[in-house]
Amino acid sequence: MIQAIPLRHRRLLGSAGLYVAVAAYVVFALFPIFWTFKISVTPTALLYTQGATLWPGRTTVQNYVAVLLTTDFPRFFLNSVLVSGATALVVTVLASAAGYALSRFRFRGKQAVAFLLLLTQTFPLVMVIPPIYRIMGSLHLTNSLSGLVIIYVAFNIPFATFLMQTFCDGVPRDLEDAVLIDGGTRLQALTRVILPLTLPGMMATIGFVFTAAWSELLFALMLIDDPSRMTFAVGLLSFIGKFDVDWGQMMAASMLGLVPACLFFLLLQRYLVEGLSAGAVKG
Amino acid sequence: MRPAFARNPLGSGFAARSLRRTAEPWLYLSPALVILVLVLFVPLVIGISYSFRRFTAFRSSYVGLGQYRTMLHDPALGQALINTVWWTAGSLAFQFLLGLGLALVLNRRFAGRSVVQAIVFLPWAVPSFLAGLTWAWLFNPVIGPIPHWLYAVGLQSQPRNILANPHLAMWGPIIANIWFGVPFFTITLLAALKSIPADLYEAAALDGATVWQRFMRLTVPFLAPTIAITVMLRTIWIATFADLIFVMTGGGPAGSTNTVATYIYVSAFRAMDKGYAAAVAVLLLFLLVAYALVLIGMRRRLLPQ
Repeated sequence: MIQAIPLRHRRLLGSAGLYVAVAAYVVFALFPIFWTFKISVTPTALLYTQGATLWPGRTTVQNYVAVLLTTDFPRFFLNSVLVSGATALVVTVLASAAGYALSRFRFRGKQAVAFLLLLTQTFPLVMVIPPIYRIMGSLHLTNSLSGLVIIYVAFNIPFATFLMQTFCDGVPRDLEDAVLIDGGTRLQALTRVILPLTLPGMMATIGFVFTAAWSELLFALMLIDDPSRMTFAVGLLSFIGKFDVDWGQMMAASMLGLVPACLFFLLLQRYLVEGLSAGAVKG
Repeated sequence: MRPAFARNPLGSGFAARSLRRTAEPWLYLSPALVILVLVLFVPLVIGISYSFRRFTAFRSSYVGLGQYRTMLHDPALGQALINTVWWTAGSLAFQFLLGLGLALVLNRRFAGRSVVQAIVFLPWAVPSFLAGLTWAWLFNPVIGPIPHWLYAVGLQSQPRNILANPHLAMWGPIIANIWFGVPFFTITLLAALKSIPADLYEAAALDGATVWQRFMRLTVPFLAPTIAITVMLRTIWIATFADLIFVMTGGGPAGSTNTVATYIYVSAFRAMDKGYAAAVAVLLLFLLVAYALVLIGMRRRLLPQ
């Protein structure tokens, strides 16, 4: 039946279907964010009376002005950028090394290492918080951004290591051997073959870890009391008062919180979009 | 196997060389492992030790397997286990299928691809409690649009909150979780697709392989290791992920959205018995490890390398 339709038309039909599917998903992905935006520009008086409408009768930027000028949010953003950036960098370096080891070497205890990585993921966070708090306390790392970075690094290492392992597995061993046979060192094999070919994977890892750290709440809440060291996610909770919630400002701060994450992804885009073929390395 | 220069002219040779060879992978692994053991594994062991104690306001006492015995006769836990399977399977299946589809689409060239790619990432950057709040808002008939749409297309006789309906409530957090988790699969699978050498596709196309054949013989085998590891980790994360449910329904109505993970939160914070919460967490740990082992075994069978 399909054969009856000429190839050109089939292509056209296929790309039309593709666009519809992509558009549907984009709407699904954006709608809650649009709603957050809508709440952030809705005057408090209209919040409930025009709650279910798609766009309020009147809009205001007052919530954004208030968040930027009267709250500590600029400080929280800066803290979050520092913590997430440092976490992403450290995790990607450590996990790339560990993933490379798991991918390229056979050694005793490899299974045990993989099992350990897996095991640490299976316990709900809430149960490890009290012991972690005590350990960090004895190292004088509570109430500090570096303490937070260390915890985030630990939490993100297992996944990042597994991910980098699969990306290293995908690199043909011959390419690496070729460098070694030509008299190159392992370091050269690493920088000429493994690094460029696993770059998309590394960029994906950096992106994930950055956002995971960016949006983490539980540990940031438990570990930090000092307002000057709070992160963005914890800052959001400050809009929840004893008796009511300042929805407008909270949603405005949330929208602002998406900006650094967006910028970060735009920076990574290039590596994910381009992709690399094996040909690029052989040349 | 090794190039000629590996032979040591001093002759002190073999022992030192084999030591270096055994040490090399550990050298690369050790920074990651040290942090992991100190920050996660030690607390994990301490957390497990809580499960043999009973906690009251100011002190705790050793009760052996007492907490585990209590667990055997806890009807709420049985329901939570069933809900956990439901919550995990529902979230995972949709996240994976949408994520894979989207990754395949984004791997092709089309106008506006880079914009779509940037948008696709966005939900992952939203803090989970905020995602929960926003979705709860969307499902609310007074201040959200979804019940009005359901009413308009005739799925509801009047705009009602599905989060208040014990038969449907679980779908609320599941939908929020699908929204939140699709980017994870999209990006990891897209990165894996990007590392498939393009010349393999060209060769297959020259050999006259159809799109479907290329998908089954090239794309799937190349993606399989990434799929295996992401599905496994994601299952574990979803099963232990309580934030969305906690914010959206608090486990209600009538325990209908109570999963093992939310039950642990409730036991630890509201009921204040850290010991019982830890015992339930150990049960979850065993179930998830068993699941992972089954998955790894299956992967070995399917992928003979």
